[in-house]
Amino acid sequence: MPRLSSATDLERLRQEILAERDPNKPCVTICSGTGCHAYGSEKVAEAFAKEIQRNGLREKVDIRRTGCHGFCERGTLVVVFPEETCYLRVRPEDVPEIVSRTLIQKETVDRLLYVDGEGKKVVHEGEIPFYKHQRRIVFGNNRLIDPKSIEDYIALGGYTALAKALLEMTPEQVLDEVKKANLRGRGGGGFPAGIKWETTRNAPGEAKYVIVNADEGDPGAYMDRSLLEGNPHSVLEGLIIGAYAIGSHQGFVYVRQEYPLAVENLNIALEQVREYGLLGTNILGSGFDFDIEVHRGAGAFVSGESSALMTAIEGRAGEPRPKYVRTAISGVWERPSNLNNVETWANVPLIINRGAEWFTSIGTARSKGTKIFSLVGKVNNTGLVEVPMGTTLRDIVYDIGGGIPGGKRFKAVQTGGPSGGCIPESLLDLPVDFDELTKVGSMMGSGGMIVMDEDTCMVDVARYFVNFLAGESCGKCVPCREGLRQMLNILNNICTGKGKEGDMELLEEISEMMTDASLCALGTTAANPVLSTIKYFKDEYEAHIKEKRCPAGVCKELITYYILPDRCQGCLICARNCPTGAITGGKGLVHVIDQEKCTKCGTCLEVCPARFNAVVKLSGEPVPPSVASGTKVVRRK
Amino acid sequence: MNLKIDDKLVEAEEGMTILQAARRARIDIPTLCYDERLAPYGACRLCTVEITRDNRTRLVASCVYPVEDGLVVKTDSERVRKIRRMILELLLPLSPTGPLESLAQKYGLERSRFTAEPTACVLCGLCVRYCAEIKKANAIGFIGRGIEREVAFLPEVAPYVCSSCRECFALCPSGKVVSENPDGTWVPPLAWQRR
Repeated sequence: MPRLSSATDLERLRQEILAERDPNKPCVTICSGTGCHAYGSEKVAEAFAKEIQRNGLREKVDIRRTGCHGFCERGTLVVVFPEETCYLRVRPEDVPEIVSRTLIQKETVDRLLYVDGEGKKVVHEGEIPFYKHQRRIVFGNNRLIDPKSIEDYIALGGYTALAKALLEMTPEQVLDEVKKANLRGRGGGGFPAGIKWETTRNAPGEAKYVIVNADEGDPGAYMDRSLLEGNPHSVLEGLIIGAYAIGSHQGFVYVRQEYPLAVENLNIALEQVREYGLLGTNILGSGFDFDIEVHRGAGAFVSGESSALMTAIEGRAGEPRPKYVRTAISGVWERPSNLNNVETWANVPLIINRGAEWFTSIGTARSKGTKIFSLVGKVNNTGLVEVPMGTTLRDIVYDIGGGIPGGKRFKAVQTGGPSGGCIPESLLDLPVDFDELTKVGSMMGSGGMIVMDEDTCMVDVARYFVNFLAGESCGKCVPCREGLRQMLNILNNICTGKGKEGDMELLEEISEMMTDASLCALGTTAANPVLSTIKYFKDEYEAHIKEKRCPAGVCKELITYYILPDRCQGCLICARNCPTGAITGGKGLVHVIDQEKCTKCGTCLEVCPARFNAVVKLSGEPVPPSVASGTKVVRRK
Repeated sequence: MNLKIDDKLVEAEEGMTILQAARRARIDIPTLCYDERLAPYGACRLCTVEITRDNRTRLVASCVYPVEDGLVVKTDSERVRKIRRMILELLLPLSPTGPLESLAQKYGLERSRFTAEPTACVLCGLCVRYCAEIKKANAIGFIGRGIEREVAFLPEVAPYVCSSCRECFALCPSGKVVSENPDGTWVPPLAWQRR
């Protein structure tokens, strides 16, 4: 591989790569991101290779395994270029048809296309509503790139921002551009990256570090993972540019051990940039030296907190430390250390190439650019979504997410990871940016977005997140550790019918102290799930505490299953499916649930034929007395 | 440099913490995890104080916050007392007797509304840090995280160094390390035996 030692070298390489590629040559791209991988994209890719070979098309068709496209709900995603025909839910058995009809006969396989709400079929990926309403400036290249190929990245203009920064700009100019762009940290805090960079740059000391935080641990969030897996070079390019601006010669990527594909693709990418001379000594002939070390996490959520992450890089247990002297001044080994999240770094090449003015034209007054969200939960189109800052929750959940499945009613959307908050329906028109989310008691976090429908119990949600945090806090400071311990106790009590008057006030009292006195951001924000649910769903807490009723019918100790005697047709289906044998009654006789044996798994409710609808879930009311055993059913016509 | 702690003008040197400056001026700030021989840890948060600078008021842990010229500190405001009371109320069920009890009384706390397993250990880490920083033995450490965190002796190290040392016994604010040895002989503490 040639070592690139100037911008001309890079451009020449790009032209060579492009010259070898015929834009009209058919190319099958198979999404191989985490979601599609789970659907079996590997097998689909193998089937394509085999089928293309079998048809003698090996020289005529390219196959590319790309990173995550985002529409994970409908994986495995296959896009056939140059027509950009997008097929959803592709299984290996669909492959021969795609090859013969689309690649050979140039027709579409209609049954694999997206069908919109009016039954119209959509051929091109970009026209699918899920994609149409997005603006994918950071994430968009994922679908065009094989993450294991630096040539793919360079073909799209990769590393031109690095060349521009190193060879045409001074570090001050780079810093200035990022400051002007008002790029705010995508990892949660929303702190302006340019100001952080400047602090590290101006901090005393020769050795300085730049760090990529890829310790994404929020339940349901996987945008950083998909970016690092799908387009690792964009992150590396941003990091090298940042290092140049800051004056750092050593970088770290802290990536969770649980992301094996991200680690693999990252290491491949690092090898490639080193070979090309885009990393190491005298990068692109600029005289700037910089290298990167990969540090794998050991499975602790709290290590995503910046000071804990730095402690972990030093080789100790990831525990936050007081940040009254900022890590930008005293971080890893007490040296100035600038940490940004994966997505933040990936924005940097865009800002350098297209300028701060372009970047600030996207977004709201105080939050610029786009944000990638991981849209999950009770929503039709789960996946990764990139939208300009300021897009409303309603647009994200309905226009992009396609609304709530099963005709259910929207209840809340939880943003910001475990220490975010739950936002109710009345605030759906909230423009999503750093400040607006904080104002309503939630936060941007790293971009997790969990949609909840009417079947979700908000007290149970609060309990879930508090339980998560109680296990994932480092346990060092008293407010966070003991506060979470007691909040969890109280929430467990409320969910099991042992809630008392005053519990809500006590939760608020603990929350206030945790917010005021905890050591790190995990502790100071840990009360958000509790406070926001009390704020917006107080009636649900009251129902649990006063009436011992779970309105959503989720909290097991507060619900009972009951078979309506006048509806039961004695069909035996529920009795046969009950795992504990709690249902008695023979064929044609009214079935009865033995409440002592019932484990409230809900199987009877699920299996009772819809035309009978005889099983109901009761909460907050006594179970009606059982009918005498042997009572005959009332036949319905 | 000069700062004002509870309306008292206090002189301090660069690099000191608020707690050090206050103690030198004989202003009492309660602590559980602080020991002047050890690096400040900032875990118990009992030393939380209210600081004001440029009209901005914040709550900080005084054992780790470095002094700044012109800083105004309140060590015993209502907000601060409220935080301390809640911290003590949360810790009290873990260690209902001993120094915590009298401290709780001082903050007007008669009994705690909370219950927890009375492990006696409040995880202040004095023993762990003393063993690591002063004795350089690392015979005792933390295991687990979150609400599962506990202190345990390291079986690979403790048997060889602990019986001749025992210096951490006296450090423990709730007498946990000592109470494992009723007859005066050192036996592996509970956390170790369980494993």
